[in-house]
Amino acid sequence: MRLIVKNGYVYDPLNSVDGERMDICVKDGKIVEKVDERKAKIIDAFGMVVMPGGVDIHCHIAGSEVNAGRLLRPEDHFKDIEAKTAITRSGVGHSIPSTFTTGYRYARMGYTTVMNPSMPPLEARHTHEELNDTPMVDKATYPLLGDWWFVLEYLRDGQFKECAAHVAWMIDATKGYAIKIVNPGGLEAWGFGRNVRDINDPVPHFNLTPKEIVRGLCRVNHLLHMPHTIHVHTNNLGKPGNYATALETMKCVENLNNGDKPVIHITHCQFSAFKGSDWRTMESGAEEIARYVNRRKHVTLDMGQVVFTDTTTMTADGPFQYILYQLTGNKWVNHDVETETSSGIVPFRYRRKSYVHATQWSIGLELALLIEDPWKIYLTTDHPNGAPFTTYPRIISWLMSRRARKRTMEKISRRAQRRSLLPSINREYSLYEVAVATRAGTAKALGLKQKGHLGVGADADIAIYNLNPDQVDLAKKPKAVRRAFQTSAYTIKGGEIVAINGDIVKSVEGNTIWVDVKLSSNPRTVVSDLKRRFREYWTVEYENYPVPEDYLTASSPVSVKAEV
Amino acid sequence: MKNNVITRLKNACAISETKFLNYSNHRRQVPLVRKNGELMEASLDEAVRRSAEILAKASYPILYGWSCTSCEAIRVGLALAEEAGGVIDNTSTVCHGPSVLSIQDVGMASCTLGQLRHRADLIIYWGSNPWSAHPRHIDRYTAFSDGRFQKSAWRRYLPRLNAALTKKRLDRASSLVLRKEVSAPTETAKSPSYALARKERKMIVVDVRRTHSADVADYFLQVEPNRDYELLQALRMIIRDEELDVDEVAGVPVEVLEDIADVMIGCELGVLFFGVGLTMSEGKLRNIDAALSLVRDLNKRTKFLIMPMRGHFNVTGANTVFTWQTGFPYAVDFSHGYPRYNPGETSVVDILCRGESDASLIIASDPVSHFPRQAVQNLVSSPLIVIDPQITPTSLLADVVIPSAFVGIEAEGTAYRMDHVPLPLKKVVEPPEGYLTDTEILQKIFQQVRRLKGEV
Repeated sequence: MRLIVKNGYVYDPLNSVDGERMDICVKDGKIVEKVDERKAKIIDAFGMVVMPGGVDIHCHIAGSEVNAGRLLRPEDHFKDIEAKTAITRSGVGHSIPSTFTTGYRYARMGYTTVMNPSMPPLEARHTHEELNDTPMVDKATYPLLGDWWFVLEYLRDGQFKECAAHVAWMIDATKGYAIKIVNPGGLEAWGFGRNVRDINDPVPHFNLTPKEIVRGLCRVNHLLHMPHTIHVHTNNLGKPGNYATALETMKCVENLNNGDKPVIHITHCQFSAFKGSDWRTMESGAEEIARYVNRRKHVTLDMGQVVFTDTTTMTADGPFQYILYQLTGNKWVNHDVETETSSGIVPFRYRRKSYVHATQWSIGLELALLIEDPWKIYLTTDHPNGAPFTTYPRIISWLMSRRARKRTMEKISRRAQRRSLLPSINREYSLYEVAVATRAGTAKALGLKQKGHLGVGADADIAIYNLNPDQVDLAKKPKAVRRAFQTSAYTIKGGEIVAINGDIVKSVEGNTIWVDVKLSSNPRTVVSDLKRRFREYWTVEYENYPVPEDYLTASSPVSVKAEV
Repeated sequence: MKNNVITRLKNACAISETKFLNYSNHRRQVPLVRKNGELMEASLDEAVRRSAEILAKASYPILYGWSCTSCEAIRVGLALAEEAGGVIDNTSTVCHGPSVLSIQDVGMASCTLGQLRHRADLIIYWGSNPWSAHPRHIDRYTAFSDGRFQKSAWRRYLPRLNAALTKKRLDRASSLVLRKEVSAPTETAKSPSYALARKERKMIVVDVRRTHSADVADYFLQVEPNRDYELLQALRMIIRDEELDVDEVAGVPVEVLEDIADVMIGCELGVLFFGVGLTMSEGKLRNIDAALSLVRDLNKRTKFLIMPMRGHFNVTGANTVFTWQTGFPYAVDFSHGYPRYNPGETSVVDILCRGESDASLIIASDPVSHFPRQAVQNLVSSPLIVIDPQITPTSLLADVVIPSAFVGIEAEGTAYRMDHVPLPLKKVVEPPEGYLTDTEILQKIFQQVRRLKGEV
């Protein structure tokens, strides 16, 4: 199919295109220089914004914990339904939509690539089954490796190469995309109901510290030439005073920097940027984190923005979820996974009038606004932890407009208002910066060469928003911005129009992207080592563990050549 | 294997052995369609066409079963139910349905089984009999398995086994000599033995009668039938340091309960497995509520987890697939065009008892043998489609019968273990000629229904 998107205001930061009026041509699912106008379908994008399709770097949409959340919360589904049509499947869900609905909602917002973080490796099959049932978007998933016994043991013994080879096996076995680390060491300790205090507190029974895990896996990531950096959820997440832990985590890999390239991604940073010693004295640590990040090149972040709504928190951080359950008394799901990880789920409502929640709201925006370079901090809500992903348009309007921030500010807890830094921040994102934070920056951080830009050869994933930057003063009209980003005028996925003004017109399968690590050493040594200990460590057989490639409905491997 | 026939099995439990060795008995050869009140042989195409017509014409069909087939088939089944605008339900509606309702109320602290193998030092089976119903459970995952931090307790089992055997012999001898039954006093009156005070791995069984699992256990707690709820709540009170004003709860002296509570609090990692003995006795979901809450309370003192003992091999998978596609684990009603869930209203047994459905598709289960009489009467009075590898009472009363290949023996697929670990099912032998898998049959019906509804 051939397409020409004509006359739109194009925002393509990776190619330094900032709102120029130009045509984008599409042929066979790729962006091309030129197509024959007589044979192509023409989309008139006059007075509209044209961007690459959105790339979400961190969003829990599939897998065992997400599904346990769905099961746990029928009350979340009753009021938010999607009926079946001749093209689409039905579904439900506000904060944890069912798989089909997730795909459709992303497509309606102009998002075309979604990264599902935190997959317990043992349950990788489950995650991929759900991703197979998530249409409309390309997707990938990060296996949780920070507390895997093999990693802990090899890093304890200082055997980085062996560790790297085993991680490579695991990435392949789970068809994963990046190394995810959640509360390093803490999840292993949670096996007996304990946690680690900070990044220097040794992991019980293993005699190594979280710092060594982060540093070790950072080196492993480099040895394997993974396209993305390590993706880290810090220790002490969600505890007052944890900004110090976040800073220490960033600092501990400072000297492992790789030229100008980042080496660590701190995810949902808002949850790791609390100052104070308890909930009463809790305040924002965004300034300290921003000051550090502004002077360094080795770290990228995503926001983990909170929006005032009813949502469901779910992380692999079992001990944190337990604390949240203790705080709220809400229903609580815990799911520990042998030799690998844990996870927890607690429904949660962020309230405007709660000092802590309002401060959290403020911290997320402070981080995004105080960190000067938009290529370093990306827009996420850590869906569904901070809020469902459907709130992104609202966050964009906050980033783009002081007026929008002020309006929300007036409604939040007084004490939070007094302490917030937001009134002193004048910065307003431009559309160019929004494009960086929602697609170009994330695609770059993820090392997705075909995504997040509209240069020749890129995948033809395009979002067209009905917003005229020449006519509308974006900072003064946050509602118009929000409406535009809520429903794209057109979403084009792989060269096909899939959504028009919020209607799904075509259902497409997205590809599942994974990293195919080519080891230079003999992979058989890893296999024999694994086989030897497999029955000891797990309760499944070696043969049943890996997810074969034909299990993915549309597999799209990225090949890398490892140093080991 | 010999000539595409399984002759011998290794590593299998008694239940799986009967499955693998006897799967080819009682099989239907060809599809059947009822004509003029008689089941007649028919071609597959005809059976599929007839099924599609029944489903397309029905205004409120039910699609039931699913727990003994692969996740791939369940995925198609959900699409079919949505297309037909019917109700889809799986067998958890008659086993662990109450557990799901309670989990939706309070949540659940759980784990995968390997976590318990490595770490659990206190294992409690409540209302379940793994020795007979899940024969490999104890030695693969709990008391008799070897883990990183906990060692197997099988050695302690040997003297117990010897003692039990000796006792049996003595009983037998004395009954022959004295010509009357001599029985030892019941054990519940006894305080937990010092075995429970040990730091090692230990196992407690709570049940209404002494099962084989109880013989294996370090301690057996006999609860009066239908009084589990009281016992659980009493334990919760003790753990919360509240006084009990009675001497005895559900036939168990309070001192014994206090000892048990001490053991629970003192463990490193405890786990409570509960079975249908708890979900389907009086109180149903309230029992589970109490059990889940007990575990929540225990987590203030130590680490404690809980897990249901599931029945059908892929019932967990059925719940899982239902949930990711529709948001709800069972009893999903598509008659409004979107998923609705209200067990009691949208669960199959209730619909059948009220006589609301006008057609049904049963796959991989046998409701005629298991449902209440009223429900069965209504089930067979409207058109009934059965997809099953074997002849079952349900298939004898059906209007269309489509034989399928055995998942896990003759067909590949994915299934979920009771702890939500997905596992591949392998194809071991070739299915007889002309046999399709559940997935393929459902696909065919689905395509036809779509065509009949004019959506292609």
